[in-house]
Amino acid sequence: MTTRWFGAPVQRVEDDRLLRGHGRFTDDIGEGALECCFVRSPYAHARIRSIDTSAAREMPGVVAVYTAADLPFGGLDLPLLIPHPNLTHGRTQRCLASEIVRYAGEAVAFVVAADRYAAEDAAELVAVDYDPLPVVVTPEAGARADHLVHDDVPGNVAAEMLQEVGDVDAAMRSAPRRKQLRFRYERGAASPMEGRAVWARWSAAEHKLTVYDSTQSPTSIRGGLAVLFGLPESNVEVIAPDVGGGFGPKIMLFYPDELLVPFAAMQLGRPVKWTEDRQEHFTAVNQERGQVHEVEVGFDDSGRVLALSDDFVHDGGAYTPYGIILPIITAGQVPGPYRIPNYRVRFRDVYTNATPTSPYRGAGRPHACFVMERSLDFIASELGLDRAEVRRRNLIQADQFPYDVGVAWQDGNTVVYDSGDYPRLLERALEMLGPKPPGDHVGMGLGIYVEGTGVGPYEGAHVQVLVSGKVVAATGIPSQGQAHATVWAQVVADELGVDVKDVVVSSGDTRRFSWGVGTFASRGAVTAGNAMHVAARMVATKAKQIAAEQLEANPDDLELVGGRVRVKGSTDRGIPLAAVAVLSNPVRYAFGGGTEAATQFASKPRSGPPLHGGEEPGLEATGYYSPPGSTWASGCHAAYVRVDPRTFRLEILKYVVVHDCGRVINPLVLQGQIEGGVAQGIGGAFYERLAYDADGQLRNASFMEFLIPYATEIPPIEIDHFETPSPLNPLGVKGAGEAGVIPVGAVIASAIEEALGIPIAEMPLSPLKLFELSMLKR
Amino acid sequence: MKVNGIEYPSPGASRRLLSDHLRHDLGLTGTHVGCEHGVCGCCTVLLDGAPVRSCLMLAVQAEGHDVMTIEGLAGDGQALHPVQQAFHECHGLQCGFCTPGFVMSVVGLLAQHPNPNVQEIDEGIAGNLCRCTGYASIRRAVKRAAELSPSPLRAEGRGEGGT
Ligand code: FES
Ligand code: FES
Repeated sequence: MTTRWFGAPVQRVEDDRLLRGHGRFTDDIGEGALECCFVRSPYAHARIRSIDTSAAREMPGVVAVYTAADLPFGGLDLPLLIPHPNLTHGRTQRCLASEIVRYAGEAVAFVVAADRYAAEDAAELVAVDYDPLPVVVTPEAGARADHLVHDDVPGNVAAEMLQEVGDVDAAMRSAPRRKQLRFRYERGAASPMEGRAVWARWSAAEHKLTVYDSTQSPTSIRGGLAVLFGLPESNVEVIAPDVGGGFGPKIMLFYPDELLVPFAAMQLGRPVKWTEDRQEHFTAVNQERGQVHEVEVGFDDSGRVLALSDDFVHDGGAYTPYGIILPIITAGQVPGPYRIPNYRVRFRDVYTNATPTSPYRGAGRPHACFVMERSLDFIASELGLDRAEVRRRNLIQADQFPYDVGVAWQDGNTVVYDSGDYPRLLERALEMLGPKPPGDHVGMGLGIYVEGTGVGPYEGAHVQVLVSGKVVAATGIPSQGQAHATVWAQVVADELGVDVKDVVVSSGDTRRFSWGVGTFASRGAVTAGNAMHVAARMVATKAKQIAAEQLEANPDDLELVGGRVRVKGSTDRGIPLAAVAVLSNPVRYAFGGGTEAATQFASKPRSGPPLHGGEEPGLEATGYYSPPGSTWASGCHAAYVRVDPRTFRLEILKYVVVHDCGRVINPLVLQGQIEGGVAQGIGGAFYERLAYDADGQLRNASFMEFLIPYATEIPPIEIDHFETPSPLNPLGVKGAGEAGVIPVGAVIASAIEEALGIPIAEMPLSPLKLFELSMLKR
Repeated sequence: MKVNGIEYPSPGASRRLLSDHLRHDLGLTGTHVGCEHGVCGCCTVLLDGAPVRSCLMLAVQAEGHDVMTIEGLAGDGQALHPVQQAFHECHGLQCGFCTPGFVMSVVGLLAQHPNPNVQEIDEGIAGNLCRCTGYASIRRAVKRAAELSPSPLRAEGRGEGGT
């Protein structure tokens, strides 16, 4: 009997230690580390006249205080991760600001002390004299260039990009109906429960730097640190241990602490640790989602979209360390699952005096989906048509794949959907949603989306069968809760015919696997999952070759089942995988048995040296997977909500999700991803708002006032799946990490619009916002 | 103070938070800190059997009391506590950062309501934030934990449950 792990609801292997309190998060690592505290700018824009650290340095317990002047790399701009030809005015911050600060929370000085208490006390004694400068906070003000964020960036425009498919002007002119619409999406914050943290140790004896970092990309951190400190990469090890949620901002690098903590450890010869507190997380960690869209849509009387033009401003924040990936994604995803024959999109990525932006779960997509879905809702109401019917008339059909949208994508290719069945998503969601519940002020919301997932360039994996018969596997990308150790084990166990419990996976540790990119863009299952598959298959092939000699059989006639390599279907002609592992290495193992088979005195099935040319010892392999292009997942969400017309409290009566991410590795894990994503979407749609004031101060930088939903705000969510496998990768999988969050804003807006009869063109909403909108309507 | 049944000497500095004392002085790092201002519940421990937020207490305030942390629920090598087991079975955790706080809150909840109904479950976990799961699996885990917990009250058929 063959067990297939792929597709089974295997319970997670990582739970036990996490449940016992034996997880290992970065701040859990002590080892006598010194602790640190930043001095951060209280101003959103100011010139620094002077910094006086003398009082802080004299505080008992203080070991060092650094300003830019104390750093060999103090004059260096931090790296711009993803340059782009259209990013003509990219700017990045310095590790510590010394002349100008451009957002409240920008780092100015760094205190290292015996413990965090002493470091915080000393940070308060660092005297920085600021000369405040005028600020631009909103994307509109940034685009109007009321003030400049960077003196040498005219109009605050970091980048501009224009793309057109078809002939929008002509199509718009001849369209029977036209409408201009304006949509506004505000910034949001990922807010993982664990903030960021870095721990570093320098071993002078070994000339080796060890860094623990709550990052989504330890391999990239390692590469950067090696260059910065002039060390061979082999002397730098970076480990993302247990990471308490990421959702995007932890893929950003380098945050100043990621340089300062290792630097201080090298300078001071002691382990050094910095752990962010929640308040600084709100301003020092990248945010996302601020965009303003000016849309014109041309359509006919049947509701078919003939042309769509979108001119939007992306709030880049004070710097562009992550390039212009976000607006590129938005521009590429506005058409979504619909046939838009003539599409033009222009964006400007503008500087504002606010925290820089980089991807947060959804990354440019929720806003894109909002623009398209809200436009379709408008068309439906204008024509008096059913909202579902308007969507039906515009959806790409199941026989139209691959479907080329014709605009640029984040991986440098164009947007080409590989597979899917969008009409089926819609019909199934409507079926699950059922009839509208009775009562007043109840509205239905609907949203369909696509999600480009699994971008390259590549990931790799190493798989090895130990002489015990157990399997170890490693990949470079870390997990922030996505159960990588379980799902990779499933993939590997299938190829090697072993129990999933016998596969131990390590991820995000450059000591175990030093190549790779990172966990982002819903790419883990596609890139690392397929790399695991490739590597495990190479091991299986090698096992068959070695076993074939022993069994005097053709490798093609062998299979790996139940921890053995055997002649297909045979119960007696086979050898344990453990024995094959022994045979693969022609030396002696003192423990573990099986040595008699591998000594030089054993009868040799073949002549010549123990290793023939090109052969390698060990039952192991390293494999890589590099996707030819993104693979496109899709889904449809639908909901009924009730809004109290006096308190504007939101009650979600029913929420359904139909989701297609190709072949599913583990339905339990997938369900968790969707449920968590929808909850984040609901938070972002109705509860969480970053309240910046006119001076660029974030007025609600705490969980008291930035309202992440508790269980009481999140309804049960009904989920259904179907699978249109991706033709692009061997496993047929697509990513699922961001799916849950993407259409929620559009769905909630649509439902509230119907419930209250007031037009909704912005996100996030709140009871107060609905009150204001309803007053406007009167 | 007693932590997980073991008597420990007084914490040093009077301003040391209980959360820092547990984590960094006693090495019980299973108690997590997500906000340090009393909202997220990651730092929840039991003080004399009732859930409290260890980031809102000074360590010295816990002197003379019994503190139970996540590490005290099931000894090394022993089977998981029913609440821990239920979280595992129901996929009630993803990154696991909020988990010790949730588990301790649920232990407290089940002590009060051995067979909680839907509303009691939501209220019982409404002091804890989770950014990963969306709570659905945690609700399932609480129900399951009630089933797994030996409960004399339920045996008497008090019928507290139901939806
Ligand atoms: S850390 Fe104590 S409630 Fe958040
Ligand atoms: S499991 Fe990650 S915050 Fe709850």
